[in-house]
Amino acid sequence: MQAQAPGPAFDFGAALKDAGLVAGVVVLLTIALVGVRVQDISSGPAVVFRFDDVVAAAVLAFLGRLGIGLLRARRPLPVLVAALAFALGLSAILVHDVVAGGADGADLAHRLLPFASAVVNWTIALTAWVLSARAAWLLWYASESALDAEAREARMDRLSARVQDWARLVGPLLLGVAVMLPFLPGIDRRLLDIAILVVTYIMLGWGLNIVVGLAGLLDLGYVAFYAVGAYSYALLALYFDLGFWTCLPLAGIMAAFAGMLLGFPVLRLRGDYLAIVTLGFGEIVRIILLNWYTFTNGPDGVSGIPRPTFFGLPFTANPAEGEASFHSFFGLAYSSVDRIVFLYYLILGLALITNLFTLRIRKLPVGRAWEALREDEIACRSLGVHPRNTKLTAFSIGAMFGGFGGSFFATRQGFISPESFTFLESAIILAIVVLGGMGSQIGIVFAAILLIGLPEVFRDLNQYRMLAFGLAMVTIMVWRPRGLLAHREPTVRMPERPPPAGEAPQETRA
Amino acid sequence: MNAPQMPLLSVEHLTMRFGGLVAIDDVSFEAPRAKITALIGPNGAGKTTVFNCLTGFYKPTVGRLALRHPARGEFLLERMEGYAIPASAGVARTFQNIRLFPGMSVLENLLIAQHNVLMRASGYTFGALLGFGGYAAAERRAIERARYWLERVGLAERADWNAGNLPYGDQRRLEIVRAMCTEPVLLCLDEPAAGLNPRESAELNALLTFIRDQHAITLLLIEHDMSVVMGISDQVVVLDYGRKIADGTPEAVRSDPAVIRAYLGEPEQAAPAQP
Repeated sequence: MQAQAPGPAFDFGAALKDAGLVAGVVVLLTIALVGVRVQDISSGPAVVFRFDDVVAAAVLAFLGRLGIGLLRARRPLPVLVAALAFALGLSAILVHDVVAGGADGADLAHRLLPFASAVVNWTIALTAWVLSARAAWLLWYASESALDAEAREARMDRLSARVQDWARLVGPLLLGVAVMLPFLPGIDRRLLDIAILVVTYIMLGWGLNIVVGLAGLLDLGYVAFYAVGAYSYALLALYFDLGFWTCLPLAGIMAAFAGMLLGFPVLRLRGDYLAIVTLGFGEIVRIILLNWYTFTNGPDGVSGIPRPTFFGLPFTANPAEGEASFHSFFGLAYSSVDRIVFLYYLILGLALITNLFTLRIRKLPVGRAWEALREDEIACRSLGVHPRNTKLTAFSIGAMFGGFGGSFFATRQGFISPESFTFLESAIILAIVVLGGMGSQIGIVFAAILLIGLPEVFRDLNQYRMLAFGLAMVTIMVWRPRGLLAHREPTVRMPERPPPAGEAPQETRA
Repeated sequence: MNAPQMPLLSVEHLTMRFGGLVAIDDVSFEAPRAKITALIGPNGAGKTTVFNCLTGFYKPTVGRLALRHPARGEFLLERMEGYAIPASAGVARTFQNIRLFPGMSVLENLLIAQHNVLMRASGYTFGALLGFGGYAAAERRAIERARYWLERVGLAERADWNAGNLPYGDQRRLEIVRAMCTEPVLLCLDEPAAGLNPRESAELNALLTFIRDQHAITLLLIEHDMSVVMGISDQVVVLDYGRKIADGTPEAVRSDPAVIRAYLGEPEQAAPAQP
């Protein structure tokens, strides 16, 4: 083989066929989702066809796939030229539009591409950049052999091991940012609300991680415990007039109890069967909340849930006669953001407790037994580990953290109804755990930011939002099937030096 | 305290039926203390079923399985829950197809074997979570026990490896020392030499005799590798179609006509099948 060998023989027809196939798939996928819309016009609903979107998507997919095909066949030069030209042109137009602001002629991109959202256009430009960068890289290292899937997997594993090493540094850094967040410049109430949402999901992810990531019990009904926690607080406050700080532990205990109640009969099931039963349990809880009207107020929900207090000091502008509120007690001016900041610190504290608990318990025998159960239940039984009790502790501790989260949710919203506890919530929390890399604490943080934070930031995408969400999930699952940071550190390492002689354990029996 | 002459394990009239199929039919044998008893027989003879009854994976249809623990008294294994048999009666086992915790480190594998001891030391988690003392020392002792056994099988250098990344022969040995970490009085090994080369088989023999002689553990092993069976066992029990057809020293069993018939199918002057 010569060094400048142009790579494997290239069948242009096959590449065209492949690209055409991909374009066909894109048409099939988008024609119903994007191409046909029902819109309200003055005379009532009408079907609006937007086939220009579909055609543009298909053409772009065709070109992109052709480019990838050429790259695979080691023909990077034409790809580099075309992709770079496209990327430069589109980026220039987009930048022009941004700079021009709302002025006339600021929709050049819109004339070129039919897509309604600028985010889509930016994504297309980014893809073109990535493609041209890849082509340039191939051109540069012409002799570099392609990495096969296994080598890539090994490289990613090393990378995630390194990220986990960084986690020692990144963790405190992230924590510092998280603690300082309300005081950082540019943080307004909207961003703080998003931050609260993200941290709530991080906490729920860490809670579910105990069940799914450590103990390996696929739980599709985690939202049930979240609901139990929320309703415990709401109903205790409603019927017994208890405050948040009394109810928080009670809600956790009740959720843990619900976990045991469910776990006791079903934990002998494994894998898919357990998943289906937990899915059913989640729905049962929601339907009970919906139909037990006299107790839970059914679909009307529970409103007027008391807000949390700062050690008894409420966050109100005008406290009742003879009572102090947060701002008057500390001699501050009243600000409505104070309450939000307090809520943020509350959920941050709860999340950190969850994390510290998990980190600690992983190093204790029960945590190790959870992981062993995930690995091989029969071997566990042969070593004297009680499978049901061990699973039950994982299930109820996970449920307890779900209950804490639910209780926080209730106090933040001030109003809860069964609608907040649908299967979608369970699915999102589970997606965070799986995406983060089962069992990885820092991976869950990244996954929660990715799955909860980004969709909030990209509200601009409106109708494409869930599509983009799905696309991101598929991309990550193809690229990294075991999750973003799937690398497990042993909970204990063999200490360096052997002990002094004569300390061998006393094994011999009389 | 039981008389030391009493065998550690007495299997009496063990019968196991799966529906109409009789897997074990009225088998009785004894495993004397600190001796190696081999359980042999053609495929499907019911050897693994005997193990599964002993270790609580199956409940025998009929029979009595009495284990006389030197410190804790007599246990009737057929009445005990599966997880309690290793925990209280001190019966440990390995599996025909290795069952390690492949995603966990070698050391962690050995610590899980000491789960019950560590659980008590950690105050059933609550004590250790709240920071009450005692657990750190217990864990150190557990690690030293693990180190002792790992050095014995030459795995101490690889204690932090993932168990699943070890070569096959090391995985077999690790499974045996993991069972030893549960501090058993009876160790049941299901085909420990399967897939080992002759050199590894010899090492296995040395390990098993070490366990018997230095730690006074009673061993029960299922094995097809006759170099292991004849080399180290003190007593051989032969099963065929769920029935016991011979029981005695390796020499006696080797020349037993019933055994020769079971292995070779015809009553000729031949040695038992060599695999």
